[in-house]
Amino acid sequence: MKQKRPRFTLPSNYILLFLTIVSVVLMLVTFTTDLFNGVLADVSGHVTVPFQRGISVAGRYLSERTEDLATIRSLQEENDTLREQVDQLTIENNTLMQERYELNNLRSLYQLDQEYSEYDKIGARVIGKDGGNWFSSFIVDKGENDGIAVNMNVIAGSGLVGTVTKVGDNWARVTSIIDDSSNVSGMILATGDNLIVSGDLELMDRNNIRFEKLIDSADKVKEGDKIVTSNISDIYFPGLLIGYITSIDADSNNLTHSGRLTPAVDFEHMDEVLIITQLKDDYDEFEE
Amino acid sequence: MKEKIIGVIIVIFSFICQVTICKFIALNDIGPNLLVIVAASFGFLYGKKPGIIAGFFIGLLFDVFCGNILGFYALLFMYIGFFNSFFKQLVYKDELPLQLLLVGVSDLFYGIIVYLLLFLLRGKFHFGYYTLHIILPEVIYTVILEIIVFFIGSLIRKIIPEETDRSEKKEIA
Repeated sequence: MKQKRPRFTLPSNYILLFLTIVSVVLMLVTFTTDLFNGVLADVSGHVTVPFQRGISVAGRYLSERTEDLATIRSLQEENDTLREQVDQLTIENNTLMQERYELNNLRSLYQLDQEYSEYDKIGARVIGKDGGNWFSSFIVDKGENDGIAVNMNVIAGSGLVGTVTKVGDNWARVTSIIDDSSNVSGMILATGDNLIVSGDLELMDRNNIRFEKLIDSADKVKEGDKIVTSNISDIYFPGLLIGYITSIDADSNNLTHSGRLTPAVDFEHMDEVLIITQLKDDYDEFEE
Repeated sequence: MKEKIIGVIIVIFSFICQVTICKFIALNDIGPNLLVIVAASFGFLYGKKPGIIAGFFIGLLFDVFCGNILGFYALLFMYIGFFNSFFKQLVYKDELPLQLLLVGVSDLFYGIIVYLLLFLLRGKFHFGYYTLHIILPEVIYTVILEIIVFFIGSLIRKIIPEETDRSEKKEIA
């Protein structure tokens, strides 16, 4: 059929066999070591991340513009009411500023520390999402060069987003807590009871995730309670807000409870996240 | 050489689109699967070798950025390209229906394999739920995207006529 035959051609069945073996070897190797992960992650990161960054910015711009058009009228009305509010608030603000000044003075007098210990954070932009529909992870534009490492906690707004599961030179992948394969050890803020929060693809379209193994012997936990990360995790820092309980049922063993919670973070509209650039292990050593 | 470079560009570009644009247009969290379209098209338009190699590298990119084990998706997409190459004799570049069918079946195959190996083995037994809520919507969306990709491709072929039969100008814009 072909008129010109190249000097040397491998039959495609051999290529198939060869690449199958390569894939299987890769799988076996990455099961046990991190040998190829680093190199491949760096190389492919340099090839694709700059483009992803551009396309994400463009796509976000377009979706924002369409939203602008849809909401322009209600915005005008809102603007008028807001103007009135601004006037009111300026007056209020002045008095509050005075009070704050007083408060600050009193605080320094009592040498009050900040309520929560502050972690070092770095902001990152979401430039891509998981390619398939099965798992929930996303790609951010900060990587090893910015001090990101695997297992770092990621937050957005006030709530926990997930952890870093893979890093390249200039990108990192964050697996979110709603991912079907993720489990977080949590705690009810009000009572201190421990539980396990696990992502579930079957609940994802209802914007819920599942919690289980809640031992609530006093029967005090109720809907709307806050769930935060517990201190018995070796990855997550304690006290990060996960979400609020939406439903709770007793398990058939009559010892534990399980149910659903609504995450504090809106995973669908997430453009920027904060990555805590400390690891839990380092932090513990630091405390001691 | 030229067609190889164009092939590489198509692979990288389609992957970038998959993790960005395909997620912007996702409905109810389900987006189309452009990568299955590309791997399958390389197979049924250009034969065994392009199908296998393109599928392998598409899958490898996917493994690096979205997978947990290197090689899993590489294997999957490679076999999608390989199986589709058997239909090269039957597929005409300007005929849509058979290409739609092949892409649809490929995406169904992709969905079922991912369910079997990544969900069933972790004890998630609700196959009916996953079929109705993930696999089938994805197949439908992917087939719709294939229609668009097909027309963009034939438009490109009209503007830039193919010099030889083996030229690698594929139907990704």
